[in-house]
Amino acid sequence: MAQAPIHEWTLLEAARKVREKEISSRELTAAILERIDRLDPKVNSYVTVLPERAASQAAACDEEQARGSLRGPLHGVPVGLKDIFCTRGVRTTCGSRILHNFDPPYDAAVAETVRAAGAVLLGKHNMDEFAMGSSTETSHFGPSRNPWDLSRIPGGSSGGTAAAVSAGMCFAGVGTDTGGSIRQPASLCGVVGMNQAGPVTRTVADAAALLGVIAGYDRRDSTCVDVPVPDYLAAASRPVAGLRVGLPKEYFEGGGLSPDVKKAVERALAGLTGQGATVVEVSLPHTSFALSTYYLIAPAEASSNLARYDGVRYGHRAEGASGVVEMMSRTRAEGFGAEVKRRVMIGTYALSAGYYEAFYGKAQKVRTLIRRDFDAAFSKADVLLTPTAPTPAFRLGEKTGDPLTMYLSDIFTIPCNLAGIPGISVPCGLSAEGLPIGAQLLSNHFREETLFSAAGAVERAIRLPRVAPVEG
Amino acid sequence: MEFEAVIGLEVHAQLQTESKIFCACSAKFGAEPNGNTCPVCTGMPGVLPVLNRKAVECAVRTALATSCAVQRRSVFARKNYFYPDMPKAYQISQYELPLALRGHLDIEVGGATRRIGITRIHMEEDAGKLVHEGEFAGAQASLADLNRCSVPLMEIVSEPDLRTPEEGGSYLRTLRDILVYLEVCDGNMEEGSFRCDANVSVRPVGQAALGTKAELKNMNSFRNVERALEYEIRRQIEIVEDGGKVAQETRLWDAGAGVTVSMRRKEEAHDYRYFPDPDLLPLIVEEAWVEELKRTIPELPAAKVARLAARYGIPRYDAGILASSRALADFFEAASAAFPGSPKTTANECVHWKDAILAGRLAPETIAHAVSDREAGTISATASKKLVERVLETGRPFRTLRDEMGLTQLSDTSALDAIVDKVIASCPKEVESYRGGKAGLLSFFVGQVMKESRGKANPKVVQEVLRKKLE
Repeated sequence: MAQAPIHEWTLLEAARKVREKEISSRELTAAILERIDRLDPKVNSYVTVLPERAASQAAACDEEQARGSLRGPLHGVPVGLKDIFCTRGVRTTCGSRILHNFDPPYDAAVAETVRAAGAVLLGKHNMDEFAMGSSTETSHFGPSRNPWDLSRIPGGSSGGTAAAVSAGMCFAGVGTDTGGSIRQPASLCGVVGMNQAGPVTRTVADAAALLGVIAGYDRRDSTCVDVPVPDYLAAASRPVAGLRVGLPKEYFEGGGLSPDVKKAVERALAGLTGQGATVVEVSLPHTSFALSTYYLIAPAEASSNLARYDGVRYGHRAEGASGVVEMMSRTRAEGFGAEVKRRVMIGTYALSAGYYEAFYGKAQKVRTLIRRDFDAAFSKADVLLTPTAPTPAFRLGEKTGDPLTMYLSDIFTIPCNLAGIPGISVPCGLSAEGLPIGAQLLSNHFREETLFSAAGAVERAIRLPRVAPVEG
Repeated sequence: MEFEAVIGLEVHAQLQTESKIFCACSAKFGAEPNGNTCPVCTGMPGVLPVLNRKAVECAVRTALATSCAVQRRSVFARKNYFYPDMPKAYQISQYELPLALRGHLDIEVGGATRRIGITRIHMEEDAGKLVHEGEFAGAQASLADLNRCSVPLMEIVSEPDLRTPEEGGSYLRTLRDILVYLEVCDGNMEEGSFRCDANVSVRPVGQAALGTKAELKNMNSFRNVERALEYEIRRQIEIVEDGGKVAQETRLWDAGAGVTVSMRRKEEAHDYRYFPDPDLLPLIVEEAWVEELKRTIPELPAAKVARLAARYGIPRYDAGILASSRALADFFEAASAAFPGSPKTTANECVHWKDAILAGRLAPETIAHAVSDREAGTISATASKKLVERVLETGRPFRTLRDEMGLTQLSDTSALDAIVDKVIASCPKEVESYRGGKAGLLSFFVGQVMKESRGKANPKVVQEVLRKKLE
């Protein structure tokens, strides 16, 4: 049997082949770098590619292995990180002009973790500016394109990560998902993506393996809970007989859902029931408030988080300003793009005196109601099945003029994040035009194992191409 | 019409922790500019705050010592505003739900005790500072020193219960003494680890409604706080008497000119856009921890003054001086334990040698020996002082030095007899005059004996011997 080309290997295959010395990390890395070289000018999934650094990291892995030591489960395997994660000495831009020249003197926890696991860093993936956007069109470094159809967007904000994984320009990527920023692009690019801690991969088992590497307690994050990390990989192949799959009826009502997506998600459900899962109908009555709730809370926090980008200490600084106030205003006016400015203003308004209770305060209360919806649903179901995105990938420029329509593409992913529960998107079909469609699975807090079992079952039931046909 | 002032004070106290409130950087004063900084306290992208447990402990102990109710759940909020020395462009502080509420502090003014309410105690991080090169207005450059960023502070807000500058001063001193006693703050106003803002308004006596208040800032000593309050109260009363209206504003105290000047009006006040910091979970203070911390609250100054006065029979004034420092009071008690014979003298000595004691250069035994030798008549007051000075110079034991230096007094009458006889024999004229009724000459004879004994004779004993022999 002919061996699959290197870029089609899964993360786990690549790791095994390096471990078993079927291939060196150097060869593996060189093959992917060559592919990036050839294809990324079309896809623009990387803001920064690190050919020399990756090659020398790979060489170091090979040397260590020759001496008999392996760094960790990802030893020698090249991966990419969304350009939102700080990487020591490697420009980290968040897709923004305001950080176009920022070289962090430290690594983000996830950068440390994947490196400690032995991964080779290929580069930094393109993204919507400060993760604000659903199409990767707000990036200062130009939009990424969907490898399944270059006239279309890859989704966002982790669009570069999903596109790179989908096009075989890395074995896995790590993104971030505040409102759907991993699951929506994963759905649109035909890959697996998970909101917790950020894995973007081509298979469910890869996602489980990568989450196993990056999950765990981080004492530098006060919101992190110290609980043991289960064996996600084992969970991914667990049978689903008896699993109660809840269908939240609100997610299948309304006009926005494309018939192709509805059909594909029904096929995913059939895949699950075919393996012994049962179906229950559940209701998440506050779903219709989720989008507006999110677009109050997230911009409010963002307006505060982004205030540090003022040109005083690092990043872009406006030239020729007289006085500090003018310097700060002009730096921010020049450094931020339209979507970021829009959200900073929405957030500032929502937090301002006299409006706080009506907007931010109220949104937090609705958030509690949304969380209670999920609590009630999980008393009946082990896992919820919904579409990930209402439509397959749309065309570049199609929604950029209408922010509200753009926001609607995250309508199915947002409620889960407001409730703080894990969610995964797994490919479940292709549209009539041959565009990927994802199914979203949601579980209760700390029930990632259930998600992986269900996602694994969908994957087994529906075989799809592993890599986007980007080469035409 | 008679007016009264209504004053509330907001004290910012730096908590005595090794590290900053949300990172591991040193919180020490005086490092080179930006020497005590890291990605977290300089607000670099992607960093997150982690709360310092010791800082919470200090604030909880303060709350307990001021009879505040420690809140089981308090919340850190962001106070948003742009300033070049605020790297995140927001300050993490507590707002709606502070650490502690509703306490009080008893102060003494003019011999009477008054109870001043404490509204709240909350925790927050400090900001950095700007250094302007050249004159402020035409500065060529402004440099940011972020060492103070995220240094832990607590803000103690009083009720508007204070009526006079004197009460304000007493409140501040009382509060500072407590914080220093608790070892939660070093109380240093010059280095800014104990700072005070004041809210001041005036109203006709008998009126319940409050007048419009001004906030006073920039007062860096107790004296300046009192002076600023005096000035501001007078200023406001004059405005009202002239039929004017006091403006709600923030005013700076100019110590050089002795006046307060307007800094910003209410209309220009910031909208801080407070909201709970999503990077920090609500702070939960467990009841068991509070109970544990309760046991670490030492005897506080007021209680100590009362106890020292009662137990040692020393005046309240002396007890007050001793209790002004926990270390001094402890030293006094240790010295008194080593020599319980004369607490009043021991207290005087402790007050006299206060600086050396607080610098840790004297042992309680030294003072105990000095006092006991004097009480026994073995040495004179002058010799005692000289000996303690020698102890400070050499670090050698008091009694060794006493013996070596031959500073023991002659109190033995048999040894003094000979000297007294010699003096009497050498001054027949004076003896005659004395015997003729010139009693004042006794001090002349004492002087002669002292001279003859080279200062070693115990003057009290000499007087007795002389009286007997001259009769």
